[in-house]
Amino acid sequence: MGINRREFIRLAGLSTLFGLGGRAAWELLRPGQVEAALKALPKPITAKRWAMVVDMRKLDDATAQRCIEVCHRIHNVPDFAKPVNPKDAVLPEDKVRWEVKWIWTDPFHNAFPGAHQEFTSERVHHMNFLLLCNHCDNPPCVRVCPTQATFQRADGVVMMDMHRCIGCRYCMAGCPFSARSFNWRDPRPFIKAEYPDYPTREAGMVEKCDFCAKLLAKGQMPACVVESKGALVFGDLADAKSPVREALKANFTIRRKPHLGTNPQVYYIV
Amino acid sequence: MADYKNEFGWFAERPQVEKKIYNMYAIFIGLAAFVILATSPLWLNAGRDIPPPKPSLDTPVIQKLAKKDRQCVLPTAEMRAIHMQLLIEWREQVVRTGNRVWVSPSGKKFEPSLTNTCLGCHSNKAEFCDQCHNYAAVTPNCWGCHLDKSPKKGKMAQAEVK
Amino acid sequence: MLENALVGSRRYYILVGVLLFIMAVGTYFYLRQLSFGLAITGMGRDVSWGFYIAQLTYLVGVAASAVMVVLPYYLHDYKAFGRITILGEFLAVAAVLMCLLFVVVDLGRPDRMLNIIKYPTLNSVLFWDMIVLNTYLLLNIVIGWVILESERNEVGPPKWIKPLIFLSIPWAPSIHTVTAFLYAGLPGRGYWLTAIMAPRFLSSAFAAGPSLLILLALLVRKYTKFDPGKEQIQSLAKIVTYAILINVFFFFCEVFTVFYSQIPDHMLHFQYLFQGLDGKARLVPWMWFAIGGMSIAAILMVFPKIRRNETTLALTCGLIILTTYIDKGLGLMTGGFVPNPLEKVVEYWPTIPELLITLGVYAIGFLVLTVLYKVAVSVKEEIKA
Repeated sequence: MGINRREFIRLAGLSTLFGLGGRAAWELLRPGQVEAALKALPKPITAKRWAMVVDMRKLDDATAQRCIEVCHRIHNVPDFAKPVNPKDAVLPEDKVRWEVKWIWTDPFHNAFPGAHQEFTSERVHHMNFLLLCNHCDNPPCVRVCPTQATFQRADGVVMMDMHRCIGCRYCMAGCPFSARSFNWRDPRPFIKAEYPDYPTREAGMVEKCDFCAKLLAKGQMPACVVESKGALVFGDLADAKSPVREALKANFTIRRKPHLGTNPQVYYIV
Repeated sequence: MADYKNEFGWFAERPQVEKKIYNMYAIFIGLAAFVILATSPLWLNAGRDIPPPKPSLDTPVIQKLAKKDRQCVLPTAEMRAIHMQLLIEWREQVVRTGNRVWVSPSGKKFEPSLTNTCLGCHSNKAEFCDQCHNYAAVTPNCWGCHLDKSPKKGKMAQAEVK
Repeated sequence: MLENALVGSRRYYILVGVLLFIMAVGTYFYLRQLSFGLAITGMGRDVSWGFYIAQLTYLVGVAASAVMVVLPYYLHDYKAFGRITILGEFLAVAAVLMCLLFVVVDLGRPDRMLNIIKYPTLNSVLFWDMIVLNTYLLLNIVIGWVILESERNEVGPPKWIKPLIFLSIPWAPSIHTVTAFLYAGLPGRGYWLTAIMAPRFLSSAFAAGPSLLILLALLVRKYTKFDPGKEQIQSLAKIVTYAILINVFFFFCEVFTVFYSQIPDHMLHFQYLFQGLDGKARLVPWMWFAIGGMSIAAILMVFPKIRRNETTLALTCGLIILTTYIDKGLGLMTGGFVPNPLEKVVEYWPTIPELLITLGVYAIGFLVLTVLYKVAVSVKEEIKA
């Protein structure tokens, strides 16, 4: 006789499961299509552990501003103080709230809260430290992201997957360095000159410095490093002869909030 | 009405109830409203002539190519069927593994990039991509972020990535 | 049983109508938010979680408090609570539903909501929060409905419901604990980085939830033919008393640790909340009202005379709900983000659209609560409980 109810339900459940494996089935039908051979780019710059040393002795305010400007320009970071259409102008408090910045400057007591003392040297007192995402080795933002939209690459870069971010902003709560920005609204009306070789973002996702992963993949140094003309040193910590290791060996460096254990990989020579 | 529930509490014989449609007007009005609403795309668009999509390959970059070189990263029929899956594969590769070289089944290397590679040749989004997308009422969510103009110093996507 | 929710008194229809209207307003502003972006709220780069997540935090406590009626009845055979377990469970359903909705309205990309299921991330507390909240919702809906249905048919409940009930008892504190862990594990937020975060959540939940349940029970008694019972309300009041006392105690524990150790990273947040920092003191009156009111309410609840008089009890419960709401909602969120990790003070205040969307979600929750309570009360009336 025919199958009984139990058998039918079991069959239906199993076929649903297989049906849901649609993509896997498609792969079976078109072998090789998705498996097009992946070979590494001829000449990307690779490293085992990227890090940066900021030499504040060589970095003056003008250079820092140029570094910020080039980073924000080539990554299509919106500037809410400069709308494309003057009618879109925003209030000053909204400019503070909605600000998107991948790299910026702040004085010592903000950059290193807790290390601040009442009497500091004149030089440090007036210094504006260049701050960015530290691409920590033990990143709390990666730990908390519920979709792995922010993830740590094997070479240490903490990347953003803009396609996957659901905009929950848990990573922003988790970052002890305030390095992450959210797109509270559409950024395009505030991007004066669209840089053609990099996408913009849409409202609803988090963004931050990505150590110029795209430039690294094409064999170039990060834009801020190039623009700083030697004040920013970028290299592979695992390579004992890299410029960062040389800089770290020759100078005393401090990092932001090291006691939190996030193991930040941006070092400062003061 | 006689007590038709037996000692077990259920009907022993069917109760005799006069046959009548209750709420007749409400039911038929509601039914008519539903049918009209549900078939509205049919009669609202009656007589409208929507021409089939005509994606145009007339871009400076494509025109410069010799006839035999006018090949997309995959054969046309495959591109028609799976270009979205291909793009998703590209983005997973680029963003999550950092690999910016894709080798097609025919052995050619390409940069997996919507704006650079695809739009490098097909720089006429409105006459190419949008033609079929509009016809099929599909709105791919790429262009909110990805720029729909490839960089001016366009690389020829066909060339081997050096 | 749901048909009971389709008919009711005039008052019932008016209530449902008002809630539907508020829902419509909230929906309109949410559509505005979807098109304009979350910039329509008062949140910003420094205070990146605000009113929506504050509601989630508060309501998850209210939801967990259902365990306070379920546990004594099912584990310790406290028969009196048998009358009102359904009220607790349905309150939990409405509260958890609102929690989930607040997460959705807070997301920057709700169209990508399912990514959290497509790419499960076991190290993320938010992933576990999603799991436990949804499971709790399902548990309470199933348990409440099945128990109510068997009550209506005047038979015992099916055997398989017992394991689900026993599961829901530890599950309730777990939804709370997981939500507290959202905050308590972040190295950069000194105000939240305390082991007492989860216990504080539990104590304020068990004070606020049963308080709300008391108020709802009094309303049910007043407007329907079902009387939850004087003894039940008194038992709830005793639970509220101990919970609010513990909550106030926990707060003072925190204050001691922070201020006796004099560590600036932790003190600054309390200073912002209770004194103001850099001339910015928007929350100061609110926080003093919250803590002061909570302490007064705690002391009042100690006195049996005040608890036994149902008017004073209702007023004190209302005070408890208000003060725990301010403390756990506004205070916890803003205090965690201000000052920011660079020790700058950027203040936060919700905007009108944000408040209206919040109200809209509350209206959805209260509508669900109204409908479910109507069903429960109708069934109780039907079987002449």
